[in-house]
Amino acid sequence: MLGDIVQYLSDPFNQDRILGYLGEHLQLSLLPLVIGLAAAIPLGWLASRTRSLRLTLMGTANVVYTIPSLALFVVLPGLIGTQITAPINVILALSIYTAALLVRPVVDALDAVPGHVIAAATAMGYRPLRRFFAVELPLSVPVLAAGVRVASVSNISLVSVGALIGTGGLGALFTGGFQIRYLPPIIVGIALTLLLALVMDLLLVGLRRALTPWSRVGGAH
Amino acid sequence: MIEFRSVTKRFDDGTVAVDNLNLSVDAGTITVFVGPSGCGKTTSLRMVNRMVEPTEGAVLVDGADVRASDPALLRRRIGYVIQQAGLFPHRTVLDNVATVPLLSGWTRRRARDRAGELLELVGLPTELGKRYPAQLSGGQQQRVGVARALAADPPVLLMDEPFSAVDPVVREGLQDELLRLQAELDKTIVFVTHDIDEAVKVGEKVAVFRQGGHLAQYAEPDELLARPADDFVSEFVGRDRGYRRLSFLDASGIELRDVPTAREGALPEPRPEEWVLVLNAEDRPRGWLPPGSTVDTGSETAEVQPGGSLYTKGTPMRGALDAALSSPSGLGVVVDEDGRYAGVVTAEEVLEAIQQRRAEPEHGEPEQGGFG
Repeated sequence: MLGDIVQYLSDPFNQDRILGYLGEHLQLSLLPLVIGLAAAIPLGWLASRTRSLRLTLMGTANVVYTIPSLALFVVLPGLIGTQITAPINVILALSIYTAALLVRPVVDALDAVPGHVIAAATAMGYRPLRRFFAVELPLSVPVLAAGVRVASVSNISLVSVGALIGTGGLGALFTGGFQIRYLPPIIVGIALTLLLALVMDLLLVGLRRALTPWSRVGGAH
Repeated sequence: MIEFRSVTKRFDDGTVAVDNLNLSVDAGTITVFVGPSGCGKTTSLRMVNRMVEPTEGAVLVDGADVRASDPALLRRRIGYVIQQAGLFPHRTVLDNVATVPLLSGWTRRRARDRAGELLELVGLPTELGKRYPAQLSGGQQQRVGVARALAADPPVLLMDEPFSAVDPVVREGLQDELLRLQAELDKTIVFVTHDIDEAVKVGEKVAVFRQGGHLAQYAEPDELLARPADDFVSEFVGRDRGYRRLSFLDASGIELRDVPTAREGALPEPRPEEWVLVLNAEDRPRGWLPPGSTVDTGSETAEVQPGGSLYTKGTPMRGALDAALSSPSGLGVVVDEDGRYAGVVTAEEVLEAIQQRRAEPEHGEPEQGGFG
């Protein structure tokens, strides 16, 4: 078995394909993470300000997240008029999932910013938009980061599903392996997906730490 | 100067937070808004920088309706100190203090230099500038809050229960510091508190609010304690206001008496049959030699008793009473500004002086507590 994997991996043709899939996988999971986060922040901000909007948005987000990914991959091209195998379908679908997944953490993170700090910022003469980017958003990073880590792992696993409709990524190793009943690409695919998720998670933890040096200082009270 | 003209604030649910408030705050003074919770004092304060908009009436700063100014620009000209300091946890102390200068478009370097000066002004070492607020004590955070409010040198300072989250000892220190700063800076300060002791200590004028947003009385602290306008104010300022009031009367009317004195290290022999005040070479009181003490009790330091608190001439009468009551001889030691011995007073003499002061107002006061 191990021999088979080593043999499979030592083939330069396979190496090129695996690296290509890995790159695709990274792109297909990372891009939606960024787009989804960028969409979730204003949505969450709106939801955190208006009570009625909060319930509507949170409810919608929950419903969206329950749509099976494969169904979304298949239906989207019909809705937006793209080819069924176009990577844009996966990117768009995962962006929607990411946004749906992150709306709640954004709301929670903004809720967690102490009211007296926001009041102080307003009283100092911040206008609302500048205050959001200078005070509320930086202070919501610790709570938000946890949500982003979940979304990152979720995206990396969902990209594999896209392989069923032929959009590439490491999932193509599974589908290819199943078709020719050959195990090594499947195992390599699983291992690399896990590794990718792990590395991304570590990078996100590092990013969070870099963005919040203030949250690690000890209190002197 | 800040003026409230027929200001009413009604919230959407119908509650009236402030009811037809007419009040003017003199420039360069500390005015305290005091009252129980829900009396509209904080709402009134927040109408000055447009954190709350009045339903009726107008708030004027230096003659201009605040509604004529853009809120953000208005607020950069009005310092604001909030309860729990409200510092930005994600910014260093120095950057917290530099907030308003940076918002107003100063260069980062100039804003930070200014912030450093302000840390010194409020009595914090500049090394603290690099720390984050969570690394500071509550009292230090409040000082940073004051420094931040003063950074752009605003003529008006609003302080919303600034010291109520710190322990009483630290609070006293912060109050003293505020009075020291104000003597130097001469700002127009509106200070909100629910603590009447704090109000009469820091306020040059005190506005007492009662539930429903009514102004019950607006007067100088001494006047407020001596002549409460009604039962509410009387109750609110408390039964021990007679003692509090001593804080505002100086003891200039009291005649000082002399007492036998002796030099440290050269005590008279035999020891006299009365209390002798021991002074050092600079005439500063060191303690009391008890009557009839015997030389053979050992060292001189064992013989001389520590002397209680000292009363400095010209300071509030409360100190004179404290000095008399804490002295082993029953004689309060009075010193001049340089700390040199000037004379002694007894508690009876202080109380008599208070009685005389009390007789001065035309109508007598209600029964006073505090002296038994």
